[in-house]
Formats: sequence, C-alpha cells, structure tokens
Amino acid sequence: MSKTEQPTEIRTKPFRRLFSGEGWFGFMLTTPALVAVLIVVFVPFINSFWLSFQRYDLARPQNDAFIGLGNYIKLLGDPRYLGSLKASATFSLVSVVFEIVLGIGIAMVLNKSFKGQGFVRGLMILPWAMPSVVNAAMWKWIFNADYGALNALVTQLGIVQDYQIWLANPVASMSLLILANVWKETPFTAILVLAALQTVPEDLYESARVDGASAWQQFFLITLPLIAPVVMVVGLLQSIWGFHHPFELAYIVTGGGPYSTTELIPLRVYAQTFRSLRFGYGASIAYLTSLLLLFPALAYIRYSYKKVLEY
Amino acid sequence: MLPRLRKLFLYLIVLLIVVWTIAPFLWLIISSFSYQIDLVSIPLQWIPKRITLDNYQQLFLYKGNFNVNAALFTSSITNSMVIAFTTTLLAIVLGVLAAYALARVKFPGSNYYMIFMMGAQMIPPIAIVIPLYVILRKLGLYDTRWGIILVYQSFVLPLVIWLMQSYFATIPSEIEDAARIDGCNRIQALVRVILPLSGPGLVSVIVFAFIASWNEYLYAFIYSSVDAKTLPVLIGEFSTKLGLEYLKIAAAGVLASLPPIILALIFQKYLIKGLTAGAVKG
Repeated sequence: MSKTEQPTEIRTKPFRRLFSGEGWFGFMLTTPALVAVLIVVFVPFINSFWLSFQRYDLARPQNDAFIGLGNYIKLLGDPRYLGSLKASATFSLVSVVFEIVLGIGIAMVLNKSFKGQGFVRGLMILPWAMPSVVNAAMWKWIFNADYGALNALVTQLGIVQDYQIWLANPVASMSLLILANVWKETPFTAILVLAALQTVPEDLYESARVDGASAWQQFFLITLPLIAPVVMVVGLLQSIWGFHHPFELAYIVTGGGPYSTTELIPLRVYAQTFRSLRFGYGASIAYLTSLLLLFPALAYIRYSYKKVLEY
Repeated sequence: MLPRLRKLFLYLIVLLIVVWTIAPFLWLIISSFSYQIDLVSIPLQWIPKRITLDNYQQLFLYKGNFNVNAALFTSSITNSMVIAFTTTLLAIVLGVLAAYALARVKFPGSNYYMIFMMGAQMIPPIAIVIPLYVILRKLGLYDTRWGIILVYQSFVLPLVIWLMQSYFATIPSEIEDAARIDGCNRIQALVRVILPLSGPGLVSVIVFAFIASWNEYLYAFIYSSVDAKTLPVLIGEFSTKLGLEYLKIAAAGVLASLPPIILALIFQKYLIKGLTAGAVKG
C-alpha cells in the first residue's frame, strides 16, 4: 500500500476507475467544494449568459422577451458603454504600467542591504491589507476641494496658486483615480518582484561585472530576463483586476463623474442593472467585457497552472 | 560615484518609498484624531497641536440621524466579524479536504479541477452579481449573513484550495505512509499527521481568507440593506452620503483597517510566501 500516491495506469473506463481504490476518496473529498463553487460562480455565470440574450426589464416586464444578440448589437452603438470601456481600459492599462515600473524599482531598492530593510519590506503589506473601501474614502478625503491634503500640499509647494476642484476635471479625475489605485496595488507587485529578484544568483552579476557590464546592462541583460515571467504574471493579473475590481474606488471617489468620464465598466453594469433595472442589458455588458478579458485570463491560468505542475 | 554618496542616495530613495507608502494612511490616522476646526484652516497644519477621541466616540455614541446611528455602526462591526469568521471556517473545512485529495490522489477530472477553480477566480464579480441577486432573493437569503457567507465562497474557496494544495504538495507523502501502516485511514492521517505539519501554510491561508472576506465590498453592498450590512458597506455609505463628516469617516476607516493590517503585520512572513505562490487580491 505504500505507493498509493502513484496509482498504476488502470486501462478501464473513467467510471470504473472512479470506484477503484482511491479515486472514490478523491471524488468524495473534492465534491463539496466543487458544488459550492458551481452554485455561487458557474450557475450564475451561465445564467448571466442566458440573461444577456433577453430583454429583461424589471421596470417594464410586459416587454420581456428573448432578443438573441439584440443587447450586444445595441451595446456596440451605445456611447455610454463605449465610453466606459475606454475609461476602464485607460484606468487598467495606465495603472499596470505604473505598478510595474514602480514595483520593479521599489523591489530593486528593497533587495539592497540597508538598515531597517526588514521594517521597510514589512510596510509594503500595509496598502495591500487595507480594505479597498477605506482606500477609496481616504483618497476622496485627500482630493477634497476645500480641505483636502492634495490641495494643501500643491499650494504649499507653490505648484498651483489656488485650491482646485480636482474631481470636476475629467483628466485630473482619471489621473487621481489611477493614483489611488497605483498606491494600493504597487506594493503587491513589489512583493512579488522582490521574491523573484531573490532567486537571481549573485554570481551572475559578479561575472558580468568582471566582463565590464554597466549597471544598466546588468539590469537589462540579467535581471529583467530572469524576472520577466513574474512580471508577466503580475501584469496580466493586475490588468484583469483593473477591469474587475475598481467598483468601490470609482463609485466612492468620483461616482463615475465628471460627465461619466470615470464611469468604469463595473459602475456601468451597476447603473444599468440596479438603477435602471435592465437586468438583461446589464448582463450583456458584463459578458462582453468578460469576453474581451478572456485572452489575458486564459494566459494567466496557463502560466500559473504550469507553476502547479512544476511542483 | 563615491561609496558614501551612493549609500546616502540609497537611504534617500528608501525614505521616499517609506513616505509614499505610509503618508496617505498616516494622514487618515491624523485626521481621525483631529478637531474639524483644525483641519479646515488654510494653510493646513500637517501636525495638529491637539488631538481628540471625539470622532471615535461619536461613532459609538451618536444616536441621531439614522445613517450615522451608533447602533448601525456596532451592528455592522458584528456582521463583518461573524461573516468573515464563518466564511473562513467554511472555506477552510471544504477547501482543505479538496486540496488534500488534489495533492495526493488522482481521480477522473482531477487535472481539470484546479483549472476550474482558477477559472472561477477569473470571472468578473460583476458578471455573476445579477443572477446571484435573483437567486438570493428567491432563497430568502437577501440581506442575511448566510447569504453573504455563501456568496463569499466564490472567491475564498478557490483561494484556499489553490494555496493549500500547493502547500500539501511540499509535504513528503512518506510521512502519511508511515501513519497509514500504523492503521490510520486517509482522513485520520490528514487530521493527525498532515494538518499539524501544515501549521504555517494553514495559518497563512486562514489569514488570507479572513482579510479577503473582511475587506470585501461589492457583494456585501448589493446583497445587504439593513440587517446584514457590513462595515465596508457602511463606510461606503458614510463616504457617499455624508459629505461633511470626513473625520468620522476617517475614524471608521482606521477602525476597519485595524484587523487586516494587524493580522498582515503579525503574519507577514507567511503571507508573503502565500502571495508569491497564489497571487491574492488585497
């Protein structure tokens, strides 16, 4: 019985294998979790798919009907949807660029030895652990037009003369929203990149120095290629999260304004579904967006799954 | 560059990183201990001359306006606690069993199980929010703690399974073989031998699960109205409805951040390992 972990290849049908030996045990132990995830994720996800082909309008139930691709066709010509798609893409991609550049920079610094290194590394977990809704409320307070710390800071530094109503300006609103997001997400990137940096063997740098490589050459020819897989995974993950998760940030800091310029996709779905009560149309927005994110999501799953197989 | 100058430069950059990381949160803390009158002065005083606990006291004592009622605040803390604990407990029980089987046994479909769980994490919450709303309403679970606990399994359970199975995979199976020769069955081997050895992995997963459920906003926002309202939802409401009560919002924000931040700082080392293995959203 000592080799039960590696069952010999049984050339029978899967059904027979299920009841032979430990297959049954594996099946029993994994089923409860599978059922739970099926109920709370996949059943609703499929239901959403079905809803997206319906006109399902709580305010006008007499018009409810199956309309095929009707919602999707309407979406492609809906300026508010296209606007929110553009806002989400801007928000997510610009955030990711900053998160990666700053994340790599911070990780490189924290990888050096200095006094208090452990303490500073520990601080990195603070923004990550903070509830995102508190992050949103915090930045809203900082961006406040009358008493906000941002206005106090930039006027005291002499960058601007008078207090500005930042969140009334579309470009400033989007930039500040991205700032709030980058502040919270960069430490996560830095932690992951730092872990990758620690696996780079020191003698690689030594031999490079012997060969007379400059610091920049060392970075681009040794460091970057070796941390590239991690940067890739974090980049994919952060860009997907940038579409999926900024609901509370945008909802609280800007409310989607001014003029809907920061109305990110989750806000648009929320407005269509729970404000206008167009459940079918809301579902089609969520679905079309998921479809757009399918490739990054699959790429991420492939990358991480490979990591599991390497164990 | 001279070595000393280099060192100085390094410390300057480190200082910059520290300031960037803590300044916004520090400002929230300072605000929460300030009098409103001190914070509305121009030019702004960054370090207040006097501090007060008023903003915190008001959260617990104020009996007026419904939205800022102290009873609502304490009940939201209770809800958040109960929901985060129960979600974690449920996910750990279901998730550890599944993860153990995945790490040790091959069964039909076991290769696809992990892919399936990872797929679950890649589905945008907003795409399942609508049907789940209808389902919870039909089951009578709308605005109940159980409804939210159930929904939270959607992101906590895949996380637990993913992290635990990679942890179990690092424990050599010879250890259980010995226990099983001594007459333990699989479950006994898991409970008596493997779990005690998985301390660090288990602790980090519990902390991850707790933080993720404590911090969650969107589902709780949509699936609760009064009875099951959580602390993040209440803070969101403070922040969108009570435009002028900044300092009270700051105090509530500091309180809501305490459990996850304290946990994260205590279990830092374990968490960083887990973050690297499983990419956990904060």
